[in-house]
Amino acid sequence: MQRSPNGNAEPYLKLDGISKNFGKFQALCGVALAVERGELVTFLGPSGCGKTTLLRIIAGLETQETGTIVQGGKDISRLPAIRRDYGIVFQSYALFPNLTIFDNVAYGLVNRRKGRKEITARVSELLRLVGLPDSGGKYPGQLSGGQQQRIALARALATSPGLLLLDEPLSALDALERLRLRGEIRALQQRLGVTTILVTHDQEEALSMADRIVVMNHGRVEQVGSPRDVYERPATPFAADFIGKINVLPAIAVDARSFRVGDLTLAVAPVGIAAGGAARLYLRPEDIAVHVNGVAASGPNALPARVTKVEFLGAFCLVGLAPDVAGVPPLTANVARQAVDAGGFALGAQVSVDLPPSCLRVLA
Amino acid sequence: MATPAATLTAAGTGRAVKPLLHWQDRLAQGLLVVCCAALVVFLLGPLAMILVKSVQDKDGVFVGLLQFQDYFATPRLRQSIWNTLTVASIVTGITIPLAFTFAYALTRSCMPAKGLFRVVGLTPILAPSLLAAISFIQWFGNQGVLKGLLGGAQVYGALGIVISSIYATFPHALMIILTSLLLADGRLYEAAESLGTRTWRKFLTITLPGAKYGLVSAAMVVFSYTVSDFGIPKVIGGNYSVLAVDIFKQVIGQQNFNKGAVVSIVLLLPVLVAFVVDWIMQGKQQSQFSARAVPYAPKPKGWFDGLMFIYCTVVALLLLAVLGMAVYTSFIKLWPYDLSFSLRHYTYGLIDGGVIETFFNSLRMAFAAAFFGTLFIFGCAYLLEKTRGVPVLRALIRLLAAIPMGVPGMVLGLGYILFFNHPDNPLNDLYHTMTILVLSTVVHYYTSSHLTAVTALKALDSEFESVSASLKVPFYKTFHRVTVPVCLPAILDIGRYLFVNAMVTISAVVFLYAPDTRLAAVTILNLDEAGEIGAAAAMATLIVASSTVVCLLYALVTRVLLTRTQAWRKPVAAP
Repeated sequence: MQRSPNGNAEPYLKLDGISKNFGKFQALCGVALAVERGELVTFLGPSGCGKTTLLRIIAGLETQETGTIVQGGKDISRLPAIRRDYGIVFQSYALFPNLTIFDNVAYGLVNRRKGRKEITARVSELLRLVGLPDSGGKYPGQLSGGQQQRIALARALATSPGLLLLDEPLSALDALERLRLRGEIRALQQRLGVTTILVTHDQEEALSMADRIVVMNHGRVEQVGSPRDVYERPATPFAADFIGKINVLPAIAVDARSFRVGDLTLAVAPVGIAAGGAARLYLRPEDIAVHVNGVAASGPNALPARVTKVEFLGAFCLVGLAPDVAGVPPLTANVARQAVDAGGFALGAQVSVDLPPSCLRVLA
Repeated sequence: MATPAATLTAAGTGRAVKPLLHWQDRLAQGLLVVCCAALVVFLLGPLAMILVKSVQDKDGVFVGLLQFQDYFATPRLRQSIWNTLTVASIVTGITIPLAFTFAYALTRSCMPAKGLFRVVGLTPILAPSLLAAISFIQWFGNQGVLKGLLGGAQVYGALGIVISSIYATFPHALMIILTSLLLADGRLYEAAESLGTRTWRKFLTITLPGAKYGLVSAAMVVFSYTVSDFGIPKVIGGNYSVLAVDIFKQVIGQQNFNKGAVVSIVLLLPVLVAFVVDWIMQGKQQSQFSARAVPYAPKPKGWFDGLMFIYCTVVALLLLAVLGMAVYTSFIKLWPYDLSFSLRHYTYGLIDGGVIETFFNSLRMAFAAAFFGTLFIFGCAYLLEKTRGVPVLRALIRLLAAIPMGVPGMVLGLGYILFFNHPDNPLNDLYHTMTILVLSTVVHYYTSSHLTAVTALKALDSEFESVSASLKVPFYKTFHRVTVPVCLPAILDIGRYLFVNAMVTISAVVFLYAPDTRLAAVTILNLDEAGEIGAAAAMATLIVASSTVVCLLYALVTRVLLTRTQAWRKPVAAP
């Protein structure tokens, strides 16, 4: 997790108790959040979870019913959008179609009574920065989607705002362009050190770009943490389900370090659930070790299973497993392509499966 | 939530946040208040006065529904209701199939000269409705060329009203049906073809359902136009009484404003019903067409294209015959005795007659209505669509903007007299001025213009204003640097629409002009009453000519704009 030089300093952006309703629909419900200076935070969640509403509230484009926003030590809760300090990029680019690329990027500069020379220099600098130095004379309609989004980014950065807001900036682009721009935006953000909030529903985008991820659902924050944190230690069942593929095992606590799943007893890292309490165990497919050709798993949570399905996905395969223990639900494991090629994964083949205790995440 | 992260705290139920208003927000909201106030004063006020007057007697004493009882007790006035509805129904029943077939030929056949047919089909819009009446009198009147064709029947009366109204309403119906046929999804026809569907069945199961809302909408427009129109029955109606002429007779002839108000309300009802039906249909039409639809492209079919070509040629010739007769009448010495070419109707009839000034009045009025009307209507639509806050005020303005389409011109005009001629109204200086003519015309044609503006504004990215705010650029700068340039075609279209209608309108202004602000269309009426049919035709020809010039100018300017300042519309292949 990236921190400002002295970890105790006030965060750059601080939200507290933000609530918003649209009629009877509760879009946000008491959201609190702190964003450090220079960090890239993503709001991640399914559509309708309130992430875009939260971004628009930070921008002053919507008004929260309750709650405060402090940016750079200043309470901006009630300020109109035009008085706040941020640049914004939308999914639709929102470039002015009748203005050239140059005029689009210069749009916010012209209003600040800067000299023509200064503006020209700044615009060229920004166009270089986003990798489109020669596009100044063109119109937005003459550029590809990815290029237009780069220009929108340049326009948002032109006035050197303290905060950069990105509202699903890559969603309208095709897969390849999305991948490329993802890396470019992240590199640019790190180079400029601008505090950035990125709204996305794409978990891969969030995992690859963010310093920290804010997982949202139904207008509430489910978890805040680094990408690794959120992926490896999901705080809630929703966070576990929404990000990546995961196996879920309904379980009953036996004691602090073991759970029963059907006829199976699984060892886990110690948790504070009383004996007899119900919980669910979560396990990523890539954490399941599969041993074939009669080799027995050696860990404490070994169990026999049969291969029911092998789905080829390029670098690896998803292997469906039916445990030979009563009451244990089917499992899915990730197995490297080479391992599958080496044999032993024929449909119906007997295998031995290990569920490492350290990787089993227990959630009540 | 099982384990909330450390940085989170539960929501405090604090006090509701009241956002601070930037002075720019205040400015926008203030302007919206002005727009709303203007609509209240110039639309709602006059209409309310009609309601008030209808329940008062001549001395302003409240008499409840006595005036209405009185009205319905008069057989001749009751007859007018029946007459009006009969004529309007017949006109609707004939115009819609005529216009549908014409539109069908334009969109679904591969006949030649489609562009020409389209232009000819729309020409009646350029002419005042009086022109049709005058022309039909020339064709079928007492001294008409084709009088014999009627076999002793009189063109003066229901027959004349019906055929003149068909001519006048044809382009309105054509435009609406054309739009709904153009919206057809080509993929549906391809799917039907792949299933081996017969042509007739495709027509019944795809074309007609697709055009259904357009047809209903066109029927309602034709019906209300005919019910509301005053010029045609005045000129060619003879003794056949209709509501619009009744209002005129009550107000101008008998100076009975209260009875006029009663007739106005009776006239308002069928038009309001048609308007509500149309409104509902338009909402349905929008949801019917998906953004992914592929335009339909007709394939050549010899016999069908030929048939359609013949049909369109006949209709086009008939339309041109109506317009042509009026123009011809204006250029001959004396119908039907001396058919030699002469400009005397223009020189002697209009200039020496001292009425040419009314043509210039019309031009002044039309330019003012086009300029100020477009400014106000587009500005108001912009504030409505693109600024924030005051939701109740916005809803009210939307409602007010929709009303004028459901109000016949005669009703609006009478409302204006009652409202602005009231001694207690501080605005009563406006009465009998050019300003009030401009105002009533803009209000009369508000709804269509407003919808054009809103459609154009809705097509813009809704985030332009958000981006501007984030860049600290005031909204009015973005309005003039981005919104207006991008919407320029729609803005010009509104201007042209207001100009053409201001040139031909007669119903609202017939109550409002003063001797020195008399308009050309009113002059036609006066000349016709005085038997000066040649001069009346000359004036009508002048109106058609000036509207044609403006439309050509519009086409030219739009084309130049599209190729020059709107270069951005043409995408160049991305590098």
